[in-house]
Amino acid sequence: MEFERPLEELEQKLASLKRVDVSEQPELAAEIGELEAEIGRLHQTLYTALTPWERVQISRHPERPKTDDYIEALFTDVIELHGDRLFRDDEAMFAGLATLDGRRVAVLGHRKGKNTNENIRRNFGSPHPEGFRKAERLMHLADRFGLPIVSFLDTAGAYPGIEAEDRGQALAIAECLAALSQVRVPVVVVGIGEGGSGGALAIGFGDRLIMLENAYYSVISPEMCATILHKDARRASETSACLQLTAQDLLRLGLADEVVCEPLGGAHRDPAATFASVRGAIGRTLGELSPIAPDALVEARYSRLRAIGAYAGE
Amino acid sequence: MPISDWFKAREQRRYTTPTAVPTADVPDGVWVRCEGCKRTLYMGDLERSEMVCPSCGKHHDITAPERLAMLLDEGSFVEADAGMRSTDPLDFTSGKAYVDQIAAAEERTGLNEGFISGTAAIGGHAVVVGAMDFRFIGASMGSVVGEKITRAFERALQLRTPLVLVTASGGARMQEGMLSLMQMAKTSAAAARLAEARVPYIAILTNPTMGGVTASFATLADVLIAEPGALIGFAGPRVVEQTIRKTLPKGFQSAEALLANGMIDMVVDRRELAATVGSLLAYLGSGDE
Ligand SMILES: [Zn+2]
Repeated sequence: MEFERPLEELEQKLASLKRVDVSEQPELAAEIGELEAEIGRLHQTLYTALTPWERVQISRHPERPKTDDYIEALFTDVIELHGDRLFRDDEAMFAGLATLDGRRVAVLGHRKGKNTNENIRRNFGSPHPEGFRKAERLMHLADRFGLPIVSFLDTAGAYPGIEAEDRGQALAIAECLAALSQVRVPVVVVGIGEGGSGGALAIGFGDRLIMLENAYYSVISPEMCATILHKDARRASETSACLQLTAQDLLRLGLADEVVCEPLGGAHRDPAATFASVRGAIGRTLGELSPIAPDALVEARYSRLRAIGAYAGE
Repeated sequence: MPISDWFKAREQRRYTTPTAVPTADVPDGVWVRCEGCKRTLYMGDLERSEMVCPSCGKHHDITAPERLAMLLDEGSFVEADAGMRSTDPLDFTSGKAYVDQIAAAEERTGLNEGFISGTAAIGGHAVVVGAMDFRFIGASMGSVVGEKITRAFERALQLRTPLVLVTASGGARMQEGMLSLMQMAKTSAAAARLAEARVPYIAILTNPTMGGVTASFATLADVLIAEPGALIGFAGPRVVEQTIRKTLPKGFQSAEALLANGMIDMVVDRRELAATVGSLLAYLGSGDE
């Protein structure tokens, strides 16, 4: 990532120094020590005061853990369910049943790929209407059989294509929103990477919203916002600050309930530690929500939505 | 403001989508050029046909007050939530400052926000009604528009009176960030409650209805009507074009295309709209009657 370049340069220098036999050039040992200290300091300054735009870049890091990784690391007895029963199976959306520390749940998640092939099949995590209709099908199934829903957000947005529009992208998202508002089971949403607009929201609200420290959730991509306002996508750094899209912003706005800390530099630097934190957060949240009666749960979810917005006058 | 005043206010409007044709001896705006067939029309004739070109049928965009005047039984409208105004919760300053945009839109339209709602009657049927006004920052759904729409759903539920909403919107209001996006969930949740209570909801999608509005309450209606030629979709045509790098097919995202694709119930001429809604209400009534 752009802002990590100074750090990378030092790390490369360190690696090349380490290839030299220190016993032949003892003066190098001191230089290596200094370099290591400097890298440590740079690490701190770089990652403890991240700008919103830097966090957006981390959220998109190719090595960042994805929905598949969380499912594999956190759950057991995973059964994936396919298809929308109408058109086809959309690989950009995961839907399935799984067990988290003995608790049976339904799982949804946007699905980015690990490599180019996977990404082409999964459309880089941007669902078509059939992806949302599969998700909606799982919401109803979870509702019927009393399974709490755990939903992982990681999408740049719903796919803006001709076929997606022709098959009713907007209608598919709207149906998800209606279904999610009414399911009589706990809904826990976890923002793990990108939270791009309506495509994220379709599986992206519920009883609790947990955000990873470097995940974002936004009404519009910072680039698109910059293009509209300034006809210049390069001003995304400015608009990402204005949009208040970081986990910390959402917590302050009262939209997120918890921010899960990531390892220094981002989740990809230590996936195992990230999985442990996220597992803890989801487990705790499901524990809080599970004693609540279904009626009260749906009512509280509505009140929660009802409270969102700022205005003057009556 | 009563509808009769809106009619007076209409004379000052600068929102004539047909182009004014200046002539030497008559005031501006008396003769206009149809955006469809390019014919020169007498403004009075165009107004009498509800801003639909008598010659080619082109539906020119209209304001929310005009819409309500055309759709509702005369004198039946009582406005609700009229005093609500937008604030600038994110202190959004990138581009033109949001507060200035709000002020300019208020000045230009004489409205407090991009959605007007209340109670009224259509063809003798009591309704809760609302219409969006695209002139007000594209009638984008910020906190106020989202809240007023949610209240309209709740009012319909409370009164067990059918809801009729007329949409026209660019989608979410990015200057309100996530507070705007969440209005999609809020309005959809309110729509789901009304559906659950079996109170009818008819949506009239007009040009243009896009983004977060199409992808939430607008398309959750029992009956979806669109006006001829209206642009209706999720992603804007330019975004789609840039994504796929191909020219879009003719009529893409038009009301007629949505009808052919099975996404809406009918395309109805503006001049038949009130009668159509009235007939639908006679069938759907209020679920418990
Ligand atoms: Zn014409």
